[in-house]
Amino acid sequence: MNNAEMPRRPDEHGVPDPFPYMHPTLKANYGNWAWHDRPRPGVLHHMSHSGEEIWTVRAGTQRQMDVGTIRKLCELADKFADGFMRFTTRSNAEFMCTSADKTGPLIEGLNDAGFPVGGTGNSVSMISHTQGWLHCDIPGTDASGVVKSLMDELHHEFTHEEMPNRVRMTTSCCQINCGGQGDIAINVQYVKPPRINHDLVANVCERPAVVARCPVAAIRPAMVNGKPSLEVDEKKCICCGACYPPCPPMQINGPDSTRLAIWVGGKHSNARSKPTFHKLVAANLPNNAPRWPEVADIVKRILYAYKEDGQAWERLGEWIERIGWSRFFEMTDLAFTKHQIDDWRGARKSLNASAHLHF
Amino acid sequence: MTKKAHDTPLLDELKSGPWPSFVEGLERLANDGDTPHARMMTDLLGQLEHSYEERRGFWKGGTVSVFGYGGGVIPRFSEVAEDYPESSEFHTLRIIPPAGLHYSTKLLRDMCDIWEEHGSGLIALHGQSGDIMFQGCTSDNVQPAFDALNKIGLDMGGAGPALRTSMNCVGHARCEQSCYDEVRTHRMIINGLLDEMHRPALPYKFKFKFSGCPNDCVNAIHRADMAVIGTWRDDMQVDQEKVKEHVAKAGRKQMIDTVIAMCPTRALSLNDDDTLDIDNKSCVRCMHCINVMPKALSPGKDRGVTILMGGKRSLKIGDQMGTVIHPFLKLETDEDYEKLFEFTEECIDFFAENALEHERIGETIDRIGLANFLDALDVPVDPNMVNHPRTSSYVRTDDWDVEAAKWFEHKQATTK
Repeated sequence: MNNAEMPRRPDEHGVPDPFPYMHPTLKANYGNWAWHDRPRPGVLHHMSHSGEEIWTVRAGTQRQMDVGTIRKLCELADKFADGFMRFTTRSNAEFMCTSADKTGPLIEGLNDAGFPVGGTGNSVSMISHTQGWLHCDIPGTDASGVVKSLMDELHHEFTHEEMPNRVRMTTSCCQINCGGQGDIAINVQYVKPPRINHDLVANVCERPAVVARCPVAAIRPAMVNGKPSLEVDEKKCICCGACYPPCPPMQINGPDSTRLAIWVGGKHSNARSKPTFHKLVAANLPNNAPRWPEVADIVKRILYAYKEDGQAWERLGEWIERIGWSRFFEMTDLAFTKHQIDDWRGARKSLNASAHLHF
Repeated sequence: MTKKAHDTPLLDELKSGPWPSFVEGLERLANDGDTPHARMMTDLLGQLEHSYEERRGFWKGGTVSVFGYGGGVIPRFSEVAEDYPESSEFHTLRIIPPAGLHYSTKLLRDMCDIWEEHGSGLIALHGQSGDIMFQGCTSDNVQPAFDALNKIGLDMGGAGPALRTSMNCVGHARCEQSCYDEVRTHRMIINGLLDEMHRPALPYKFKFKFSGCPNDCVNAIHRADMAVIGTWRDDMQVDQEKVKEHVAKAGRKQMIDTVIAMCPTRALSLNDDDTLDIDNKSCVRCMHCINVMPKALSPGKDRGVTILMGGKRSLKIGDQMGTVIHPFLKLETDEDYEKLFEFTEECIDFFAENALEHERIGETIDRIGLANFLDALDVPVDPNMVNHPRTSSYVRTDDWDVEAAKWFEHKQATTK
């Protein structure tokens, strides 16, 4: 190959230096902020030790954005925020304004363009989510659709700060749980073992690697119809789908094999209590695209019980810790089943070894 | 000729309602005249509608990369390409954003122009690890798209068994609670280990995340193999006049209910004159009281970071949180930064040499025991690493005195 045909060698920049892309007031006061308050939902006001101030307006987005949407955000950033903006980890857009006067017209501009302003303080912020049918190779549902449907229903809770504390929700399209932990998590739960195409396994899958991938050792090598393949002990199988990525002929998805489950009480922050994982409170909900109404119904039941009964600054999981799980299931009219008693490693730590009881 | 649109009655239902609709965005791209991205998005909408009907995805992986790098492109080939040929290749480029997710509108517009020319025009801001996800690119266009992005200063992120793209909270840039320079730390570590990202050779993925304080806004403890969390060692800073103002405004009952009673270690008490009595030795730096009264309270001045390791999602042994490996590392001088970087290098080396294939570092630590991991990395044990000492009596203690001597020696060395 001569040099003219050589592809370009990449410049190995790594993580770009953010300072050229940072709002000048943020840059000038880097590491020198004194305090903040929230003048209204969706607006943060930060005061620097230098005396400079900045007003941040936060708006929800659809995360999967077409270039038209991004250019619209850019127009608003040019007009009201000196040509800079940033995103939060939950895909909210943030615009930094150097005077409080700019926030009103900016909010108006955002609302006119269809972006809700909120997601600050004790509100329900944007649901962090995964790729789904749009792009993932193992998706049980379409997180973008679930999120759009839920955020439509929770619009008021995004634009108002009326919850006892912040609510951070997540969705995941399979049990690998890429969406992470949340106060409320909506995750796919497979309900059927993989269907195996024995004609393809030997050619497509590295069988020992697939056997090793199974969390419950339910997969073993087998000869099927004279061909080396794999078989699944369906009594042991927990339908997690972990074998599908290394072995696509073990199809875990299908119209009858995906249900949605709801988990509550996950928390990332160390504030008050230590971080916690979310816990299973409902399962077997239909994967009812395009609007998933059964999911929205239960999420709202949980959310409004918490809104009604939670004390100021209690996160959802802390609220349940106070009132007890018996009352949680009573207040939300959800079932407590044998499947909610953990049997994974370390499960004993989740059992009640005391006479502390809620009646 | 403009490509004819597929009927999408299910997706159309996601166009109504007050939240911004991703379907409307996909349609805007599909309707963008006779352009390659419009044709691609027309068929993409068709395939997505098909997924909504059949309730399953139709993408499979493969191998696509750019010259010089071994990862960062997520290949997607359609399993139903005969019906939706224009979106038969719909790869994603994972690109590293500026640390802290700051953008100028110029950078965003340049990204849009490049992606309109070479890709689908659909950009996800951002993925769960922190990448900009340029979604929807043909195999042929991956290299020119990357070249164009690389020329404006952007670089490929991580995928596969490799160091992954990282994230830091807004931190120093706009938060008074930030306890260290997240941008410097994030860039020092990731850019120092970049080879592990671009040429995947680790047993499995390795993620870092950087949060400026224990509020952990980037979910580091849950998500990262190594979480770097800002904290402080001395007394928190208190402005008693501001405390009094808060009590006057909120009322004593609310102050007691939401601040005093919620302190996890009972380290707070309200004095008769409405000032705050703080038992700093019992404070665990949870951030709660500071969150409630950001004008009156702030972190102390002797700041640094806590390192936790082993956080991960479900595969394979179940969700795990990171646990404390270094309770406190000062992060002020160049030497402090170098020491932290050396530690991360040692961790990556240990991971590369000792983890089994497809094993995360948290699983390795679980398998060999935390004490062995600490031994290997020459990290001294510390009671902050455990909730409480062991309760199981099944342990050999014949070298107890040697270990105890180490403890007292270490204690003497660090309290000098």
